[in-house]
Amino acid sequence: MNFDLTEERQMLQDTLRRFLRDRYDTETRNAILESDTGLSAEIWSQLAELGVIAALFTEEQGGFGGAGFDISVVFEELGRAGVVEPILDTAILGGRLIAAVGSEDQQALVEDVIAGGAHLALAHGEPVSRYDLSHVETSLRADGDEIVLDGRKAVVVNAEAAGHLIVSARESGAAGDEAGISLVLVPTDTAGITMNGYPMLAGGRAAEVTLDGVRVPASARLGAAGEGYAALCDVLALAHVALSAEALGAMETATGLTREYLATRKQFGRPIGTFQALQHRMADMLIELEQARSSVIRAAGYMDDSTRIRDMNIAAARNLIGRVGRLVAEEAIQMHGGIAMTQEYELAHIAKRIVMTDHRFGDADHHLERFIALSAA
Amino acid sequence: MDLSYSPEEIAFRDEVRAFLETSLPKDLSDKVRQGHDSLSKQDIERWHAILNDRGWLAQNWPKEFGGAAWNAVQRHIFEEEAARANAPRIVPFGLSMLAPVLMKFGSKEQQDYYLPRILDGSDWWCQGYSEPGAGSDLASLKTRAVRDGDHYIVNGQKTWTTLGQHADKIFCLVRTDVDVKQQEGISFLLIDMDTPGIEVRPIILLDGTHEVNEVWFTDVKVPVENLVGEENKGWTYAKYLLTHERTNIAGVGFSEAGLEQVKRIARAERANGRPLIENPHFAARVAQVEIDLMALSTSNLRIVSKAASGEAPGVEASMLKVKGTIIRQEINDLARRAVGSYAMPFPSETVEGDNDPIGPDYAGSTAPQYFNNRKLSIFGGSNEIQRGIIAKTMLGGGR
Repeated sequence: MNFDLTEERQMLQDTLRRFLRDRYDTETRNAILESDTGLSAEIWSQLAELGVIAALFTEEQGGFGGAGFDISVVFEELGRAGVVEPILDTAILGGRLIAAVGSEDQQALVEDVIAGGAHLALAHGEPVSRYDLSHVETSLRADGDEIVLDGRKAVVVNAEAAGHLIVSARESGAAGDEAGISLVLVPTDTAGITMNGYPMLAGGRAAEVTLDGVRVPASARLGAAGEGYAALCDVLALAHVALSAEALGAMETATGLTREYLATRKQFGRPIGTFQALQHRMADMLIELEQARSSVIRAAGYMDDSTRIRDMNIAAARNLIGRVGRLVAEEAIQMHGGIAMTQEYELAHIAKRIVMTDHRFGDADHHLERFIALSAA
Repeated sequence: MDLSYSPEEIAFRDEVRAFLETSLPKDLSDKVRQGHDSLSKQDIERWHAILNDRGWLAQNWPKEFGGAAWNAVQRHIFEEEAARANAPRIVPFGLSMLAPVLMKFGSKEQQDYYLPRILDGSDWWCQGYSEPGAGSDLASLKTRAVRDGDHYIVNGQKTWTTLGQHADKIFCLVRTDVDVKQQEGISFLLIDMDTPGIEVRPIILLDGTHEVNEVWFTDVKVPVENLVGEENKGWTYAKYLLTHERTNIAGVGFSEAGLEQVKRIARAERANGRPLIENPHFAARVAQVEIDLMALSTSNLRIVSKAASGEAPGVEASMLKVKGTIIRQEINDLARRAVGSYAMPFPSETVEGDNDPIGPDYAGSTAPQYFNNRKLSIFGGSNEIQRGIIAKTMLGGGR
């Protein structure tokens, strides 16, 4: 048994941590948050140059990593620095999905993604689908050698920056069926696509996307007709590891800031960290943080196991991180007091990142139910 | 033991309900229902004026000052009904914080001048208590006031000044003696916000709202007649004020309104093809907090009826604050949880004007409200301070 990172991953972690510490401070990020695009093109290309995106792809896909632990190392650092750039959306949800099921022509996009030259977005969730992955109402109709898409997609993160959307659409069956879902790669400038974009509370941008008779050639299909669900599940497994690791990194920052504050903030003539009431709560935060770390390690480490073992560990991690994340975010704010309520203080952003993770692809309750279902299977 | 209201109390409640039905403008209740930072200064002033016309603005003031002279049960009934009807909150700084201090410790001239102006809305007051270095440890405050002829010269900084951007006047705790025990060198000053040397700087909170401010004082000249009571007795007045800050401390009405909202959302949202309210995990969470809230409501009434019969609430107020804020924050958590992915957008009204809501109209304010209400367990004496008070009262000894 060995829980050390490999030399390559250790180097990746060190490089990325140093880069973000030097180049992604609170002030820089706050400027990005207030910008119209919600992301920094400069930071993006520098991350690509550092190989951060390539680390999320296997060698066959044109990268140099791609395993569960590569993803967790990268996203833990992104989370630690509160990075708002849509690496998850472009590289994992977009790039890895195309790499997994795309045609040879479509694979060219993966190269662009790794080089930092293309953005992607997964247009999957719908206004009433909540976290139910198989609930797809957007319709796909074949018309000669074209396909026609109609429907609405909700909270499509990174839609405006993306050159292509990956749209999930129903080719057959009823709204909640796993079978009959197809994936289509659609250039965002295709006629019939309307986007209503907006910033998000924890940074980045998303859009409500309307597809109104959107026509693309049949070759735009991503993977086999009606068999998109399995591909979605596989890419979401990667995304869950990324989100869990990102929340872990953010929790490390929240905990670190709190520890520093307890040591320096004085009230009643002494550092507030000398009050036992706060000491014990800090101790609980640290205990839970280690639980979170272990759950991320499990989720990353069982990535290539059987689907059931993989998914059980993922559901466990998302549930645990959802619970611990709330505890850490709330306790960190509470122990800081008013200062943590202010937008310009680092912790405010970090706490929002942690809590809002619970709203992507299922909250703690959703993953508890998944865990129960998988345990019974 | 009788758990129900007396016939007089029921008649009063019906009167309050009828008033709210006829006199609460719908555009105001709509804004409150949408939640979160949507009320303007004018909205609040309009509601105050409507209440003042009915004689119900200064609920805790005695009749001779133009108040309603309600007892604690009546005030509780109003608060509960007002929350249920989505009425705007009465802004407490002048009405229920400064006014009682002026009535008890202010000069006749101060009472005659300021109290009517609070009632008719001529003056909007804000509170100058907390400082960057004096939060939970309020008595360590450093803002200095030095006597110079018939003026004080004030220098220093206050923070977390709620709605200070609207204020005409600020009541401040200032240090007038540095050579004595902290609590014995504090005075209570009334300061005009237009005085040269005062600067108000906005603090933007983590949900993007502007409700608190920093207030900076540089050589601000304040006439000595603006001193309340005696010099260096300000701590006594401040403590007196804080007991008034703690009325409606349990926030039962807000929690009840919040829980209704959660249920409304959960009936509209669907999870796995069924209404979210039928989802066993979510339903269990809602039931759990409702059970706690039912008990808190009765705890609150127990303490309120004691106060109505003249007993001053002591440690019970601290208990109500701790439990009340935990419950309100839990309800805020349920609301954001209920809306799923639509908790992620930044609500449009704080971004840029009148955009269409993103997702269902109830979704936008839930996550910002959740983050904003983290303040409940921090301000007005943090929950740690309240627990300290409870423990000290029960166990004796220090913190």
